[in-house]
Amino acid sequence: MLGLHGISYRYAGYAEPVLHEINLTLADGEIVGVVGANDAGKSTLCLVASGLAPGSIGGGLSGRLTIDGSDMAGRPLHEFSTRVGIAFQNPATQLSGVSGSVFEEVALGPMNLGLPARETVARTRAALTTLGIEDLREREPRHLSGGQAQLVVLASLLAMRPAHLVLDEPTAQLDPEGTRLVGEALRALAATGTGMLITEHKTDLLNRLCSRVVVIDAGRIVLDGPTAAVLADGRMEQWGVEPPSPIRLARALEARGLDPGLVAGALQ
Amino acid sequence: MTAIALEGVGFVYPDGTRALAGVDLAVAPGEVVAIVGQNGSGKSTLVRHLDGLLRPTEGRVLLDGQDIADVRVAALAARVGIVFQNPDRQIFAGRVRTEVEFGPRILGRTPGETAAAASAALAAVGLAELGDANPYDLGFSRRKLLALASVLAMNTPVVILDEPTTGQDARGVVRIQRVIQEISKAGRTVIAISHDMRFVAETFGRVIVMGAGRVLLDGSPSQVFAEGVWPTLASTYLEPPYAARVGARLGLASTPSDALLIGELERIGAAHPG
Repeated sequence: MLGLHGISYRYAGYAEPVLHEINLTLADGEIVGVVGANDAGKSTLCLVASGLAPGSIGGGLSGRLTIDGSDMAGRPLHEFSTRVGIAFQNPATQLSGVSGSVFEEVALGPMNLGLPARETVARTRAALTTLGIEDLREREPRHLSGGQAQLVVLASLLAMRPAHLVLDEPTAQLDPEGTRLVGEALRALAATGTGMLITEHKTDLLNRLCSRVVVIDAGRIVLDGPTAAVLADGRMEQWGVEPPSPIRLARALEARGLDPGLVAGALQ
Repeated sequence: MTAIALEGVGFVYPDGTRALAGVDLAVAPGEVVAIVGQNGSGKSTLVRHLDGLLRPTEGRVLLDGQDIADVRVAALAARVGIVFQNPDRQIFAGRVRTEVEFGPRILGRTPGETAAAASAALAAVGLAELGDANPYDLGFSRRKLLALASVLAMNTPVVILDEPTTGQDARGVVRIQRVIQEISKAGRTVIAISHDMRFVAETFGRVIVMGAGRVLLDGSPSQVFAEGVWPTLASTYLEPPYAARVGARLGLASTPSDALLIGELERIGAAHPG
């Protein structure tokens, strides 16, 4: 269980906080989606939930971050890294830059956790297979495309098997097939008890994946509830969020005076 | 205005990976073209041939009928602007405005023209208020818009966008749609790579579907998302947009966007409520 309790956060050098009074809990095995306009505070929330803000980048935090009940205030960063995995929005900034091959890159995490070689290799192979990128294993990480790099970053996280995952737009650069594979991998991981916080603009994906969605606007949580209810809220566009395709189409039909019932159920 | 032609273009990377095979394409000035296909299908490799960043290992690339094999990249930069997928591969200045002014300045525009081009480009992408900001203080989505502005400011006859909507919220996507429409209205060509089929169907007049380095389909959104070619789309792991699937289920003609689906429902006289 990951908990943010009344958390406000201000970046170093900023006069004002970017996050205000955030209350959010992530249960084991739960997938929670986070939506909101660009600059609403989604990526900052990811940094705070993973301990990197303020742990690595400084700044001022008030409120409490708890993991499995223990208050993480003042804990060293390495304690976070074994419990919360984070995928940055831009995979190019996450690749280690020290690995000569994708296999080495994915193995780096489990190796640094001090796992035996046999276990490291097994986890690395499993992560590459899960995301359908075994064929990239000998490739140099710096020569990967954006989408391939994103899959390698996710494989690196899967190989570490953290209890909680924080994913900042994990499918932004993926093709529809890559998006589908990532969705399946995350769902399988959640079934083993991993809790996940996912920021995404692809509400069609969140619609399929999440039990709960929260909306952030100007650094505050303005809505938190079951996925279907939140994504159908009439204020989503005002918050800079594109509704899922079926809802968008139904609204477009209504706007033309047509009955959304004409298409309802067409793809059930 | 610039016409683009690819004749039998093939490309093999130095490590032996074949990325393109037998690509024949003609793009007229002012066309708005999307290129879609799975990761690794050759989309980025293809567009890098248009500004000389890559040179074909087979076939020819022509701009306005001229083979560009021997034309330097610097000379092509005035004709073909490219916005990379990752803005951090493009941005280098410490100030937003300096970044956007670099392109027109290096093309030899006067200081007055450079300033005007930068202002117009920043306004088009919604960054007019952030001219003095450091690009690295901006979030990822705004850095993407900045990279777009820096290419717009060069006013090239051809603009190439590699996944322009990545990381953009609903408003950002609409802004990019407007930018593309404006470029097209001015008679300039836009070629964009995208994985967002709804954005593609709503924004582009022509869609090229690639798979394994070849052109699989080439036509209007209604043609390439028509039910009859779904198996071809599936071969490159693409799914037609939601509206196309709904339309097919209802037995309508190809309707790849909400607007086309609604138009088709109205055409066949679907009952209004009440």
